Amino acid sequence: MIPERMVNGAVLAGLLVVPLWAMVANEPFTITLATRAVIFALAAVGLNIALGLGGLVSLGHAVFFGLGGYAMGILAHHAQTYTPLMEWPFLIEGTKSMPVIWLVAMVTSALAALVIGLLSLRTTGVYFIMITLAFGQMFYYFAISWAKYGGEDGLSIYVRNGFPGLNTLVPIQFYGLCFGILCLVLVLNAALARSPFGLALNASRQMPTRVETVGLDPMRLKLVAFVISGTITGLAGALFADLNRFVSPTMFSWQMSGEIMIFVILGGVARLFGPVVGAVVFVALEHFLGGLSDYWHIYLGLLLLLIVLFARGGIVGLLSGRERTHD
Amino acid sequence: MTDPVLETHHLSKSFGALKATDSVCLDLQPGEIHAVIGPNGAGKSTLIAQICGGLQPDEGRISFQGVDVTALPTRARAKMGLARTFQISALAMEDTVLQNVLLGALGAAGQPWRFFRPVMQDASLRSRAEDALERVGLSDVRTSRTAELSHGQRRQLEVAVALTLQPRAFVMDEPMAGLGVDGSRRLTGFLDELRAEAPILLVEHDMDAVFALADRISVLVYGRVIETGTVAEIRASKAVREAYLGEST
Repeated sequence: MIPERMVNGAVLAGLLVVPLWAMVANEPFTITLATRAVIFALAAVGLNIALGLGGLVSLGHAVFFGLGGYAMGILAHHAQTYTPLMEWPFLIEGTKSMPVIWLVAMVTSALAALVIGLLSLRTTGVYFIMITLAFGQMFYYFAISWAKYGGEDGLSIYVRNGFPGLNTLVPIQFYGLCFGILCLVLVLNAALARSPFGLALNASRQMPTRVETVGLDPMRLKLVAFVISGTITGLAGALFADLNRFVSPTMFSWQMSGEIMIFVILGGVARLFGPVVGAVVFVALEHFLGGLSDYWHIYLGLLLLLIVLFARGGIVGLLSGRERTHD
Repeated sequence: MTDPVLETHHLSKSFGALKATDSVCLDLQPGEIHAVIGPNGAGKSTLIAQICGGLQPDEGRISFQGVDVTALPTRARAKMGLARTFQISALAMEDTVLQNVLLGALGAAGQPWRFFRPVMQDASLRSRAEDALERVGLSDVRTSRTAELSHGQRRQLEVAVALTLQPRAFVMDEPMAGLGVDGSRRLTGFLDELRAEAPILLVEHDMDAVFALADRISVLVYGRVIETGTVAEIRASKAVREAYLGEST
């Protein structure tokens, strides 16, 4: 067994070294793959807060991913067509500035998570899964029918949005930005897991009656976790849209929700680096197996089956054993 | 007689045709242990669920420290200082022993909305939690996972979590169940001293413990309190003998 800290360190090192090597070797496509993995990882870190800490099996996280994507798409679309987003009652214009887009993406996702959470958290178990899935489908079909923003075809953004001081069109610079955000969110996630809130949330997942008998409200704890979770996944959505310079209703699809969940389960539910490992493995499989066969999902399914049957802690759990209790 | 800490007034609850709680009037005085005994199916657990919250009575009301709490949710009653221990341990099994008592301390402090500083480094929460563990004698296993504890240790942990709330009254649902002679004797000694801190409503099957501890006993049969009195009165009561003690001896 390898200590979890070392596994995490190795993953971080890999995410630093491989893109740098790709830059030196002039392999921009590898950097794009790494960026894709890092953004997926960020989306899954978001889900892991709801799923791992809060025990909320959300099959609707594509809602937040898509909202982040459309926040970027809509703002950048108005900026590149020089049309205002709205003129009345006050003027709102599009923007090509990443920080503004991120803020909009996160606020929109947080509000959506608040509303969806308030309604979904009345249910548990399979009903919770179904209701979050239903919300996902609602957003998906809404996006398809929203002709103003491309409907089924989505929106293309011709130039990647800007970040002060960086040239985001250079792959390694955009990668560095995404990687930096992932690291920051991981630090916050680690703090959250050990905080008073993390303790209470963790107990709410295991034994809500206990939390209630010490005078706390497990529902509210889970709702806040769901909002934090959705906010992070929303930010990832904005980055993903910027990576592809394209946003379409697929980002809202239930397949997307499923993929985000697969990242978490593959890597290890409730493990800090589980979602990161899961996303990296997924993107690697997608690339290498996808090159061999169009039906590479069969192998992914097989791997997922093995993980679920024999390694409940995911790949991280397989490598480093049970989570250590910290003192 | 002083004002009771906890009181039920004609509490009734039916499930279909079954009257699980039938006009129950109980009170808990400061400094006392009031035991509730009764045969299986007498409605003891139903009664506790109504007192602590989670089950709404059909009729009657519950007052705690002079406040009508009938309509309040469990967590509000807990905040007022009503501490409950469960018959079947309700603990966070994956967490450590210390984390479980910390949760109690956190609840008592009423501040779970802190997201950054590690809870383990909060000196005031931690000392409150460790004190509670010390008192029930679980300090040695504080870093163990709760799932690894013996049955008896889990019962002690239940009590420790209740202690962290620094409650005004305890409601304990069969704390002795499955403890064995030794453990049961130790817990009896502990509860004996605890009543000075806060009165205890004790639902218990272990008659030795009940007779050793209780200041008063209420006997519940088919949802009704057929008798309330001191140990001697209950032992002498003909009705109780017929309804309950007679059956078991």
